[in-house]
Amino acid sequence: MDLKLKIWRQKGPEDKGGFVTYEVKDVHPDQSFLEMLDDLNVRLIHEGEDPIAFDHDCREGICGMCSLVLNGRPHGPWDETTTCQLHMRAYKDGDTITIEPFRAKAFPVVKDLVVDRSAMDRVLQAGGYISVATGNPQDANTIPVSKDDAERAMDASACIGCGACIASCPNASAMLFVAAKVSHLALLPQGQPERMIRVDKMVAQMDAEGFGACTNHTECEAVCPKGISIDFIAMLNREITRSKLSGVS
Amino acid sequence: MKLDSKVPGGPIEEKWDRHRFDMKLVSPANKRKFEIIVVGTGLAGASAAATLAELGYHVKNFCFQDSPRRAHSISAQGGINAAKNYPNDGDSIYRLFYDTVKGGDFRSREANVYRLAQVSNNIIDQCVAQGVPFAREYGGMLANRSFGGAQVSRTFYARGQTGQQLLLGAYGALNRQIAAGKIEMHTRTEMIDLVVINGKARGIVVRDLITGKLERHVGHAVVLATGGYSPVFYLSTNAMNCNVNAAYRAYKRGAAFANPCFTQIHPTCIPVHGDRQSKLTLMSESLRNDGRIWVPKKVGETREPNDIPEEERDYYLERKYPSFGNLAPRDVSSRAALEVCREGRGVNGGNAVYLDFRDAIQRLGKETIKARYGNLFDMYQRITDENPYEVPMRIYPAPHYTMGGLWVDYNLMSTIPGLHVLGEANFSDHGANRLGASALMQGLADGYFVIPYTIGHYLASTSLEDVDTSHPAFAEAEASAVDRLKKLLAVGGTRSSDEFHKKLGRIMWDYVGLSRSKEGLEKALKLIPELREEFWEDVRVPGGLNEFNQALEKANRVADFLEFAELMAYDALDRDESCGAHLRVEHQSDEGEAVRNDEEYSYVAAWEFKGVGVKPELHKEPLEFEYVKLATRSYK
Ligand SMILES: Cc1cc2nc3c(=O)[nH]c(=O)nc-3n(C[C@H](O)[C@H](O)[C@H](O)COP(=O)(O)OP(=O)(O)OC[C@H]3O[C@@H](n4cnc5c(N)ncnc54)[C@H](O)[C@@H]3O)c2cc1C
Ligand code: FES
Repeated sequence: MDLKLKIWRQKGPEDKGGFVTYEVKDVHPDQSFLEMLDDLNVRLIHEGEDPIAFDHDCREGICGMCSLVLNGRPHGPWDETTTCQLHMRAYKDGDTITIEPFRAKAFPVVKDLVVDRSAMDRVLQAGGYISVATGNPQDANTIPVSKDDAERAMDASACIGCGACIASCPNASAMLFVAAKVSHLALLPQGQPERMIRVDKMVAQMDAEGFGACTNHTECEAVCPKGISIDFIAMLNREITRSKLSGVS
Repeated sequence: MKLDSKVPGGPIEEKWDRHRFDMKLVSPANKRKFEIIVVGTGLAGASAAATLAELGYHVKNFCFQDSPRRAHSISAQGGINAAKNYPNDGDSIYRLFYDTVKGGDFRSREANVYRLAQVSNNIIDQCVAQGVPFAREYGGMLANRSFGGAQVSRTFYARGQTGQQLLLGAYGALNRQIAAGKIEMHTRTEMIDLVVINGKARGIVVRDLITGKLERHVGHAVVLATGGYSPVFYLSTNAMNCNVNAAYRAYKRGAAFANPCFTQIHPTCIPVHGDRQSKLTLMSESLRNDGRIWVPKKVGETREPNDIPEEERDYYLERKYPSFGNLAPRDVSSRAALEVCREGRGVNGGNAVYLDFRDAIQRLGKETIKARYGNLFDMYQRITDENPYEVPMRIYPAPHYTMGGLWVDYNLMSTIPGLHVLGEANFSDHGANRLGASALMQGLADGYFVIPYTIGHYLASTSLEDVDTSHPAFAEAEASAVDRLKKLLAVGGTRSSDEFHKKLGRIMWDYVGLSRSKEGLEKALKLIPELREEFWEDVRVPGGLNEFNQALEKANRVADFLEFAELMAYDALDRDESCGAHLRVEHQSDEGEAVRNDEEYSYVAAWEFKGVGVKPELHKEPLEFEYVKLATRSYK
């Protein structure tokens, strides 16, 4: 199939940037979206042009490195699928695809389609863990964890930290991302001792990074490649209230 | 070059405990004064960096991804082994040790493997305490499943995302130390060279991938946990950016490279479907718990798989290896697949075999299968557009893991004092074939439980001069790195580095892949340098040095693969026997099984760099087997 790609090109953070249109021919439906871009980049190199910068690594939908907003939707048209797992059979001959970076105040553009998502790391550094040093623990089966809790914790912990939720949100809110981590740890017995302080610190950092507030647009859930439910945002809100009431902060 | 494995004396069960007592300690007040460079944030690197920082060392940690959480370890699917024996099915530390030595076809060091089995249980405890949501039984206890090469259930898992969950645990530990100011984290930063001063590893030169600027970092010791090199085959199950740079640069600076030809071809991957593919996707080995592998009995079969009656199917693994069946080890299963495809019995006569869940779905119901493997089935469907609940999966072997790596002694130190190597980047524990679910175990064992002890011993027993980044060795390393990068930019040819990488991959797959021969390897040794020459004459790398330049990153990696590939071929040629994943066609039984030659080849091949295009020098570390009797592996 032949396609028209309108791709966001931006030399660096200071550059204003803009769309450039490329025609690509002979795209195979079994190719992945990123393989289609690889082919375009080889062509650009042959033509002596600057290839398009985009992030990717595992190409298996798990590392969270790939991004891209395709025709206005982070990770493109398929539900619960990252850009790297999207295949060209999602499109048909003659289609036009607009390709943009993940946009958010907290995600400055590095180059073209590559953005800086380190704000998400800093939110987790603020408290998204259980403070246990190597070598301390008791036998793993000492504390039973109900299957349901383990499964729900896993549902939350499936987050790949790609930032699609943030890119999709009109407020660029990071609530689903933070909710996933807070819920994962709050659901497990091991996460209890730091339950209150964790949520306080992470929410404070989230605000400091310039992520917006959640006003229940639910776009985040719709685009999450791992299908993380907004029920976890409800859980995060309960955790915030619980922590306020307990007067820890 | 001297290879001293430094394996402590005494009975194998006591070696590690004794050694821990014998090793020197660094006092808490002194730990603060030491700066340790850790390259890599996968399971090995993140666990090491976090633990060393917890102990009080000052750590600088590096990765090329935009976040430490994205290291390739994140994509491990199936699980992690430990000798907990929770299922009460006869497992023990000794059995895990035994299975791993045997699985590696007697080409690993017994003492290292025993220690690995010993600490395996601590890993599970540690991860559970960190909040890793392993699968549980209804009673709240941890669940287990089976992996290839074992007859017990010792694999712990978190759905099909075990690597992700373990890495998030280690990343949490890392984050805690970053927040505490004990770890200085450098993301999107690539190590370009190792700096050796007075014979000791004292620093690295890196390139900041955002600005393109080179930087120097000094330390008292350097830890490489930079992963494996499967993408030398171009198509592999690894993440796209996995590479050999860091290990190869260390090799060029004097670290011996061990068993580079021991590369694992994983039996269950989605087959190649054209020449425009960038990577191959693994379908976890755990699927072999319930899926049955078969091909048609008849050559030239054209019917749809579901129309082929039972008696016309050849469940070849079950037939050839009745006691392990579909759970035969990876090397054995991959070769068996190759063989049936060569006979023309692959799917539609091509390179694929069936992995069929029909019987399991009948026995257990679709819901159970979905609960066990749902995410893998979804992934398969997304890629192939076929529904594996209804049509058998098509699978084929693909490059997956590299047992070879930098040579290390029992303390995980390379032949360059101060340079320690962990995880997939070292050669230590898997011999000529790695068993499933044991890479995650090894990475975390190295990082959480071995290096924290052994590095202290090195620091406490070595006199280290005060040096800083103004030392001429830093200037030399930086200048040579800049030189090389500028050279890449200056070629100004006509082809992208991807095109060369693909060509190299083809050569490696054809001649240094699943089966190897003297003629083939000699041919590879002719073709690789030719391709390398072509590369340096005709590659085109757009952009500049001091900017974000992914084409330059890629070219830099491909350039190293083009040198490293030759080392692999030399090693494969030298090893004139078959063992584990290394099959020399000259040495196989009538049934196509690997035939070892213990008399002559029971050694670790450690290669010393002698110059680009020059044959490296071979050093041998003899392997002795005191506990696991040398025997022909049998999975029948
Ligand atoms: C698809 C797949 C599934 C797997 N499933 C399993 C499984 O179920 N069980 C199992 O036991 N094993 C599995 N494995 C194998 C296992 O995942 C790996 O062997 C293991 O995770 C390697 O960990 P590591 O820490 O050594 O390296 P990696 O996780 O590869 O990390 C390497 C790190 O080094 C950094 N790095 C590399 N080079 C440089 C450089 N030059 N400069 C700076 N940083 C650098 C990278 O940024 C990264 O942080 C699987 C592998 C694959 C490919
Ligand atoms: S590249 Fe890893 S999730 Fe897409």
